Amino acid sequence: MPILTTEDTAERLARLQQIIDDLLKEAKRQGASDAEASVGGSAGLEVAVRLGEVETVEHTRDNGLGVTVYFGHRKGSASTSDLSPGAVRDAVRAACAIAEHTQDDPCAHLAEAELMATEIPDLDLCHPWLVDVEQAIELAVACEDAARAFDPRIVNSEGASLSTHLGINVAGNSRGFLCGYPTTRHSLNCAVIGQDGDMMQRDYWWTTARAASDLDSARSVGERAAERTVSRLGACRLGTREAPVLFRAEVAAGLLRSLVSAITGSSIYRRSSFLLDHLGERIFPAFVRIHEEPRLLRGLSSAPYDGDGVATRAKDLVRDGVLQTYILDTYSGCRLGLPTTGNAGGVRNLRIEMGELDRAGLMREMGTGLLVTELMGHGVNAVTGDYSRGAAGFWIENGEIQYPVEEITIAGNLKKMFAGLVAVGNDCDFPGGTRTGSWLIDRMTIAGE
Amino acid sequence: MNDPIAIARDRILAPAGLTELDLDRLLGHLTNSAIDAADIYFQYSRLQSWVLEDGILKDGNFSIEQGAGLRAVSGEKTGFAYSDELHFPALAQAASAARAIARGGQEGKVRVGTAMVERQLYEPLDPIASLPDQDKVALLQRVDLEARRADPRVREVTASLVAVQDTVLVLADDGTLAADIRPLVRLNVSVIVEDKGRREQGSSGGGARADLGYFLVEDRALGFAREAVRLALTNLDAVEAPAGTMTVVLGAGWPGVLLHEAIGHGLEGDFNRKGSSAFSGRIGERVAARGVTVVDDGTLPGRRGSLNMDDEGTITQNTVLIEDGILRGYMQDKLNARLTGGLSTGNGRRESYAHLPMPRMTNTYMRPGDRDPEEIIASVEKGLYAVNFGGGQVDITSGKFVFSASEAYLIENGRIGRPVKGATLIGNGPDVLTRVSLIGNDLKLDEGVGTCGKEGQSVPVGVGQPTLRIDSLTVGGTSQS
Repeated sequence: MPILTTEDTAERLARLQQIIDDLLKEAKRQGASDAEASVGGSAGLEVAVRLGEVETVEHTRDNGLGVTVYFGHRKGSASTSDLSPGAVRDAVRAACAIAEHTQDDPCAHLAEAELMATEIPDLDLCHPWLVDVEQAIELAVACEDAARAFDPRIVNSEGASLSTHLGINVAGNSRGFLCGYPTTRHSLNCAVIGQDGDMMQRDYWWTTARAASDLDSARSVGERAAERTVSRLGACRLGTREAPVLFRAEVAAGLLRSLVSAITGSSIYRRSSFLLDHLGERIFPAFVRIHEEPRLLRGLSSAPYDGDGVATRAKDLVRDGVLQTYILDTYSGCRLGLPTTGNAGGVRNLRIEMGELDRAGLMREMGTGLLVTELMGHGVNAVTGDYSRGAAGFWIENGEIQYPVEEITIAGNLKKMFAGLVAVGNDCDFPGGTRTGSWLIDRMTIAGE
Repeated sequence: MNDPIAIARDRILAPAGLTELDLDRLLGHLTNSAIDAADIYFQYSRLQSWVLEDGILKDGNFSIEQGAGLRAVSGEKTGFAYSDELHFPALAQAASAARAIARGGQEGKVRVGTAMVERQLYEPLDPIASLPDQDKVALLQRVDLEARRADPRVREVTASLVAVQDTVLVLADDGTLAADIRPLVRLNVSVIVEDKGRREQGSSGGGARADLGYFLVEDRALGFAREAVRLALTNLDAVEAPAGTMTVVLGAGWPGVLLHEAIGHGLEGDFNRKGSSAFSGRIGERVAARGVTVVDDGTLPGRRGSLNMDDEGTITQNTVLIEDGILRGYMQDKLNARLTGGLSTGNGRRESYAHLPMPRMTNTYMRPGDRDPEEIIASVEKGLYAVNFGGGQVDITSGKFVFSASEAYLIENGRIGRPVKGATLIGNGPDVLTRVSLIGNDLKLDEGVGTCGKEGQSVPVGVGQPTLRIDSLTVGGTSQS
């Protein structure tokens, strides 16, 4: 199956806009006072190799349509993977049938027309990659080869995979909003297994970008996967203790995600956040600035408008350590008596202002403590901020790595951890929309032997 | 009409105008002289969900998904393509794309086989139609009232109800022709309680392969509401959890997530074929204490993890994984079984037509022992009694696994003491079960809430176990006293 190319996209965009247009008319015809819908299609290729041989070649092709209808303040929604006119009509009918049973919710309504995005900037998100199956296999093999050649202790592999996707999404509502644009995303992943005596360890690395030319080289991805795997060999446990903890950049991103989830409107109005009533309060030390840049060119999470059709905009979430805003869509904003922040669908391209220290500098600053490189499980209580997760990483003394550690937990409370943030490094070295360096937290409980 | 194949033909093939001859041609398209195995998975899935929040029925959704996944296998290579359009040209194009995995001679000639699976662990019913919509709304409202009535400290209640009917039809070049009509229902309640400035959350729920009447039997739905409130109130009194390695008693039922993480994933056939599991090549070795027998059983009537047949059309089984402490077997799908010279154990599962099948668990549980659970708690001088859990995770290569307690108590001098805050427990899969010293006589399966994720694919599963004493396990709390 051919990958969609840019030549196809204009035509496809027009066809999807027509589907939304027809759907909105149909919703009106069926009596809805308002309606909103989005429709998307994507096509892609995913190739996986293992031990130098092809393992899977997958051709993906997805369609989906979702509609929400409003009868005053009652709403109902439906979705379908079938975009034929009959199926779309059925979806509208199903949504209307649901709305017969839902109850009046004063906040159930579309965003105000004046907030809808009108100027849609081109964020440079679409760069189709005309890679064929053979070339994709070659790249994945090169990536895995680099990993396997890196160290004799790399004895086995989970393989390498390359994927490329082109998607088109169109959204519209009965207040006159109707927009769509194509995006691409390409990735290359590698995971290998190292062995030392009886012990096996596995680790991985990846690169992902909107344009293939922005991907890291196959070789560097493979070598990084291997380097990470080998560095874990010989891991031992630690005794139970308290110590400072350095979250390596890619796991520190998870702490940022916990922050976002705690200040998201739905967590606030459901009273299920440990940061309830903290708007305008200091939640981090004064040096911390956390901001969102939703319109970055080629950004992996960039979008010109949010899920409500509201224009996205850059903003500080935390400035001088003080919480500046909740993260709101039209509904949760209404529930809290605040205007939407254009965040229906979440935060896009989250970043923290990075400090002066590189990773070695952070380790020296920590002196003795734990460098965490992997977290396991979901032990975060969003309501209380209590934090307890499985961890692996390295024990640090005198600012130097001593040995790898595993089968331990780290525990604390996110509120205290945020307040106890000592430094953010300048060592952001992982792919993705979120940018942060490593975080040094003053003190946590480590449980082990 | 109760014949699943007739139902599936009627629901999926007829509307798309696909004939017997078309199916033969599609399977033929998928094969050539270099293809070892080929199959087509048709799916038509309907889902309806309702959400109540703030005492009002706020939202509902109805969705339909349909499509077909076409797979061609040559040696260890798999070609895969899927389509959500079911007309012949789209499927033929997908077949050619999948078959391109191997260059071989002429197209195969395949006749679709005759039906085989004749089993009914659940009825081929439509749970969405099993209750009028207004009764679903009323049920959630009763759940909301019950939670609020249970205690004045209840501040927020969220309740949801989901009903799914999945129709699948599998045909393969080995003669498989099988269909399954799978109902699945789920009810969930989550509450926030507040007292003197402290807030806690509690959730409960359950589900089954049944109709929605399941939640009306024995006051079940209201029981979930009361249980969610009880959990939240318990946590209001919780003190810091201990940190360190100690004796842990795990309650019966859902704590069986231990088995799912610690050993279940490590015994899936794909990891063992590739040698990437900490259990690879260890069949016949002791991996658990005497008395420990663990099975994966897809044949339990009505359970969330049960299936009449797996997603490759293989009848599900009760597979012994560990017998009296000795590792006996792996869970296999067709591909991994063929490559390792075994037989599929009916564990080939996939999230949908758009995903490739792989070995997955169904209902994984430990058989009961002979100890009274109270006697097990009384045997512990100082330790942790953990009875409710959130999810878990495992690194199958290193064998390290975690699971997070959401309701736990200190044990002091053989007695259950104060509740402690949630904490993650961490251990090493290949040896944690060697430290099982007492096994209860109270085997219980979970309430039907489990969802397992692997390589980005989610499938419903079940777990279970009797009360267990584990002599040493690391508890990730914050208190070192």
